Amino acid sequence: MRAALCGVLGLLLLGACTEASVTEGGGPPVRVGSKKFTESVLLGEMVTQLARGAGANAVHRRELGGTTVLWEALRRGELDIYPEYTGTLRQELFSRRHLADDAALAKALAEEGLRMSRPLGFNNTYALGMKEAEAEKSGIRRISDLRQHPELKLGFSNEFMDRADGWPALRARYQLPQRDVRGLDHDLAYRGMDSGAIDVTDLYSTDAEIAAYTLRVLEDDLHHFPAYDAVLVYRADWAEREPRVADAVLRLEGHLSEQDMVALNARARLERVPESRVSADFLASRLGVAAKVRDEGAVSRVWRRTREHLSLVGVSLAAAIALAVPLGVLASRRPRLGQGVLGFTSIVQTVPSLALLVFMIPLLGIGSRPAIAALFLYSLLPIVRNTTAGLSGIPGELRESAEALGLPPRARLWRIELPLAAPSILAGIQTAAVINVGTATLGALVGAGGYGQPILTGIRLDDVGLILEGAVPAAVLALLVSGLFELVERGVVPRGLRLRGDP
Amino acid sequence: MYELEDVSKRFGSTWALHPLSLTLPSGRTTVLLGPSGCGKSTLLRLLNGLSRPDTGRVLFEGQPLPAEGDPLLALRRRVGYALQGGGLFPHLTGTHNVTLMAQHLRWPAARTRERLDVLLELTRFPAEALERYPAQLSGGQRQRVALMRALMLDPDVLLLDEPLGALDPLVRHELQADLRGIFARLRKTVVLVTHDLAEAAFLGDDLVLMREGRVVQQGALRELEARPADPFVTRFIQAQRPLPLSGDEVAS
Repeated sequence: MRAALCGVLGLLLLGACTEASVTEGGGPPVRVGSKKFTESVLLGEMVTQLARGAGANAVHRRELGGTTVLWEALRRGELDIYPEYTGTLRQELFSRRHLADDAALAKALAEEGLRMSRPLGFNNTYALGMKEAEAEKSGIRRISDLRQHPELKLGFSNEFMDRADGWPALRARYQLPQRDVRGLDHDLAYRGMDSGAIDVTDLYSTDAEIAAYTLRVLEDDLHHFPAYDAVLVYRADWAEREPRVADAVLRLEGHLSEQDMVALNARARLERVPESRVSADFLASRLGVAAKVRDEGAVSRVWRRTREHLSLVGVSLAAAIALAVPLGVLASRRPRLGQGVLGFTSIVQTVPSLALLVFMIPLLGIGSRPAIAALFLYSLLPIVRNTTAGLSGIPGELRESAEALGLPPRARLWRIELPLAAPSILAGIQTAAVINVGTATLGALVGAGGYGQPILTGIRLDDVGLILEGAVPAAVLALLVSGLFELVERGVVPRGLRLRGDP
Repeated sequence: MYELEDVSKRFGSTWALHPLSLTLPSGRTTVLLGPSGCGKSTLLRLLNGLSRPDTGRVLFEGQPLPAEGDPLLALRRRVGYALQGGGLFPHLTGTHNVTLMAQHLRWPAARTRERLDVLLELTRFPAEALERYPAQLSGGQRQRVALMRALMLDPDVLLLDEPLGALDPLVRHELQADLRGIFARLRKTVVLVTHDLAEAAFLGDDLVLMREGRVVQQGALRELEARPADPFVTRFIQAQRPLPLSGDEVAS
């Protein structure tokens, strides 16, 4: 019956083995990262295609879950390059240094062994926008022009209302007189403008919606908003190792205006053209670089993600079983220690998944390793708890009968206690596995791939089809795993325990 | 076989056994008898080390009972134990329950088989039922399997804790007769716990009547009846209710 369990684990591990890194041809490797919003993905895609054009074997780790993830990965050398904004670098990553200008920023980066490109050309910062026609009618071009129009209705995103450098500071800086100011959801703001409920809203200066709703971006003539110039940050050692590839990638410098970026964002987000296609078209028309766009078929795409997902679940679950069952045995033997073990695993369980994933990055970098580690930790509690419960639930008379026979403790464990606890232990493993399949979708945030990738892209592009492409296989896999364990139960749980009463 | 010297046992603030001394002779059947909660099961569990006395000591063949480790395991293999309901492992078939220890000790298959045949004959257990799981056996059958398991290694001592407690009267009656036959054939040291005086008198050579953690009197039933050490002895004996049958029916 142990063989049956081993078989299942073997199957799960198979995913891990087949997941061997997909290398494409030769060339020096370049690892490109991007954040989980369209503009970043587009820039990452351009960098990747330029690097490939220079003969590099470039891999794009797209849609990583946030600034910290990318920053840590770059510092640890798990990424070579990714697109960032000077404002983010200065205000978030180096916020304690209070860097005065971009020169100081470059110096701070150099201390980390990093460099940044010259600005790519556009500044993606907070801005105020209004309908082009309205603005034209009222003669509003700059934010200071708003002072002459106290009747305008303002609607800002809740974040902008609250931020220190948001509405309160903006009003003080420009001495704005408007009274009708409300906070609302960002997506509603655009519709509100369309219906005339509000006249002015906050936006990012490269939002796709600027083109879609024909908005005018008002000039920040008093330079209230900090500059968020797009740049590429990269590792100095990589640039020295691969100067040719680096030069090719840095051709992007100064080539992307705000209008360009708005158009590119709109094409990807609103027209739903794949980022790789949008990027390739731009590179071809602007830099004369022909890039090959490989389209992966839906079947091979889903199969690849299935393998990635299975490897995440399989490896983490196998490791968790290997540790949690002995821990459960220990916990049932030594109640004091057991409380400690259960307490620890319970605390792990309360750490939000995203936090745990980000927490793992300084230790394990990006990719499947931090995801597997997090899933492993999450799987411990159900298995430890059910192992302990299964062992403690064995009736005292059976325990004593085994003792009175003269069986040594190890033999009692293997021959009597573990088989009797098997249904409970197996139920714990089943719970862990099913939760694992669901939680593994978050692995995409740290570049682990799997079914989370299309879900993440789908959320970003507001594309239900893409979300389902990840969510449906994940749900099916959870059901399959659950069903698989029902089968395993038949193999592992002794027949005598499945009988109820006389036949 | 056993000598108990001033042994006592407490659970929290209640005395399960007050300090008592007792000798259990070799090759005879001693019955620990008394009402529920009198400490008779506690006393039995001292004899194979399932429980340790708080004071005093238990001597087995003149040597103190080993406290732990291999010596204790070795002792337990010389002392068979069966309790009410059988205590059979539900995940093992009858055969596996009986031969578990032999398997663990790596007996040759032939030796195991041979011993099993002897036990089947001894306990009058149908061989084909051995492949069933405990859940598929009747109460009486379970008890017979438990007895076989206790006797598998041919121990010197047999400890039985209310072995017939959960059985219906007919099965119980039949098993009592069988047990008496088995005890007589094996001539082993048997210590049996029961609260039933008739059963005790039927199976035991020696009775040890207990009450509230103390031994009230030890001896044959005739002795207890003739020279009760305490009014409780007489009361316990008289608590057996005679059957309310008419004289004619008894005569016929």
